[in-house]
Amino acid sequence: MNVRSQISMVFHLDKCIGCHTCSIACKNIWTDRKGAEYMWWNNVETKPGTGYPTRWEDQDQYHGGWEVHKGKLRLRSTGKGKIVTNIFHNPFMPTMDDYYEPWTYKYEDLFNAPEGTDQPTARPVSMVTGEHMDVEAGPNWDDDLGGSPVYAANDKNLDGLSEEQRQQLFAVERLVFFYFPRICNHCLNPSCVAACPSGALYKRGEDGIVLLDQKRCRAWRSCVAACPYKKTFFNWSTGKSEKCILCYPRLETGQAPACFHSCVGRIRYLGVVLYDADRLEEVAKLPDDKLIEGQRSLILDPNDPEVIEAARANGVHDSVIESAQRSPVYKFVKVWKIALPPHIEYRTLPMLFYVPPMSPVMANRQDGTVESVSDNFFHDIEQARVPMKFLANLFGAGGEGKVVYALKKQKAVRTYRRALTVGDISMETAEKMLAEADCTKEEADAIYHLTSLCTFDDRFVIPPMHREEAIEMMREPSEHKTAVGFGFIEPPKRGF
Amino acid sequence: MMTIGDNLLDLFLFAVTPYIALTVFFLGTIIRYRKYGFSYSSLSSQFLENRHHFWGLIPFHYGILTVFLGHLIGFLVPRDLLWWNSHPLRLYIFEVSGLVAAMLTIVGLVSMIMRRLTDPKIRVVTSTADWILLGILTLEIVSGTFVAIFHSWGSSWFASTASPYLRSIFTLSPDITFMVAMPWLVKFHIVGAFVILAAFPFTRLVHILVVPNQYLWRKPQVVRWYGKKAFLHKAV
Ligand code: SF4
Repeated sequence: MNVRSQISMVFHLDKCIGCHTCSIACKNIWTDRKGAEYMWWNNVETKPGTGYPTRWEDQDQYHGGWEVHKGKLRLRSTGKGKIVTNIFHNPFMPTMDDYYEPWTYKYEDLFNAPEGTDQPTARPVSMVTGEHMDVEAGPNWDDDLGGSPVYAANDKNLDGLSEEQRQQLFAVERLVFFYFPRICNHCLNPSCVAACPSGALYKRGEDGIVLLDQKRCRAWRSCVAACPYKKTFFNWSTGKSEKCILCYPRLETGQAPACFHSCVGRIRYLGVVLYDADRLEEVAKLPDDKLIEGQRSLILDPNDPEVIEAARANGVHDSVIESAQRSPVYKFVKVWKIALPPHIEYRTLPMLFYVPPMSPVMANRQDGTVESVSDNFFHDIEQARVPMKFLANLFGAGGEGKVVYALKKQKAVRTYRRALTVGDISMETAEKMLAEADCTKEEADAIYHLTSLCTFDDRFVIPPMHREEAIEMMREPSEHKTAVGFGFIEPPKRGF
Repeated sequence: MMTIGDNLLDLFLFAVTPYIALTVFFLGTIIRYRKYGFSYSSLSSQFLENRHHFWGLIPFHYGILTVFLGHLIGFLVPRDLLWWNSHPLRLYIFEVSGLVAAMLTIVGLVSMIMRRLTDPKIRVVTSTADWILLGILTLEIVSGTFVAIFHSWGSSWFASTASPYLRSIFTLSPDITFMVAMPWLVKFHIVGAFVILAAFPFTRLVHILVVPNQYLWRKPQVVRWYGKKAFLHKAV
């Protein structure tokens, strides 16, 4: 057992209101620079929809992530052999057109236009060339277009749905969509790291945050092609790649990352999990239907004395172990099993988990009334408005079982709470539902609390990051502290 | 008939320039790496334009690498090259592959220049240094191709004349006798090479120095630990 700690996350999709506050918080801090205008380290997609970059989930086009080939794990886009040819021209490199061309408006024209008979207008201009342009795409161009034949109908996750199921999704009166906020998943088996020929990308040993060392980046572009979630970005101006840093400077000072902190729906949770790094490869190679279970088995019980001992032996600080014991992520993923990894079939073992959305599933309109309970407790899940296959493609590697389990449990908790507070459903029914959903009353209470009444400190259990250890070996920390100044920072200028 | 002036010029071009170029190359690239490490990048523009990129970068790189390899063989193992060329058929093979590679390079270079001229997005990321570099490269490659065409069997006479000259440079006892007698086209080509060498620290050519060979033998995953733990987890 090789125990390591990992900062891990849960997004509760039922709570996301699609306000994009998270994206703006991130943009304002990290990507409002030249060359980064088009980057959204945090973006919010409408599902069904094509996403950002367009159809990023179509790995036959983008070739992101891993595949198992003759019993071995290999990257789809690159490798020791392929890099020799791909380095000159990467055949799987997305271009700006796959995202969108960033633009601004010539606001000054509103004031400077000569007097005339027309209203002055502020025309859009490209933030790359500075020339006038027609805006034809944006970072959330298909926002709320759940029924669009251009966008929603081209969602990759509709693959494998029957014609009837598709119709159901697009029937005007039953139109349905939900939001899917995305950041870097800080994967356990990151394909960006494995693809970088320069070794510029790395996982921080102490907390598993995946970072990109821009000083070592030489613009070989492999990471952009290799990340199946398209969460490494190429800065066209500096000629360096960039990615979400999980606001590590904030984490190091005990604050939640900006997108977490600002989230209006309070959908985001962050905490430490301990995992066994020795079994990574073995798990990443499992067949699709075993992957979710496999990843869960990597995550260790932070209360198990054996795990604690192994963690200590590996240099995991006691304060981090203690933090892992209070981790909300551990509960969602491992104890309650209602948070699932997105597209785990890409085999990067993402450490951002999603609680699949319940609302678009429930509330089948019948005769104008919203009906949510019947003799068949979970009838609405089986006949969901969002076909289960769609959610399964997104969160279950194609398998419906785990998604249905998560939804059933959520519905049981809701019914139980309704029996308690509204009282129009008998407790007996609620208890039966709980039992059927593999949930105890205590568990239901805990889920309810962490979902609905959670405070800041419940949602974000941030471990001390022990930055002092970074220099301990070379120098006495207190001495170091009094000796360093501000240091020198080289401005990120293009070329020489 | 050679005048004193000519002699002095040759002396400067072939005995002094190479040392200036080498000094600029080494000092410049090292200083740039240490002081402006961030600026070491291939500055790829594939993200802004993908299709034309293929037709420029692929022929150019394969072409120039082959041509460079040919020169390297002539420099490192001149005797073996002469032995290989002693048979006409083998000589033709060597020369023709060189020429094909040169053509590829020119095709690539022309596409690259066209791309930078015509695509508005690419123009934005093209600096003056890029244009100067493209100019130098064009002159060098075109002159090299003309040498190959007009002064036949260059691969053989390179091995017996240029190669000893280059060696003499590296052994710090420059011997320019062979160079003095060279036609002006060849002289131009050789001086061009020194100019390119000196241009390294000031252009995107530095990306050649940081070609990621480590990738071929490193483990796929990279983990960096804090000081103390780096010892605990020895080289993950
Ligand atoms: S801020 Fe929160 S609620 Fe708003 S879109 Fe982002 S994740 Fe959803």
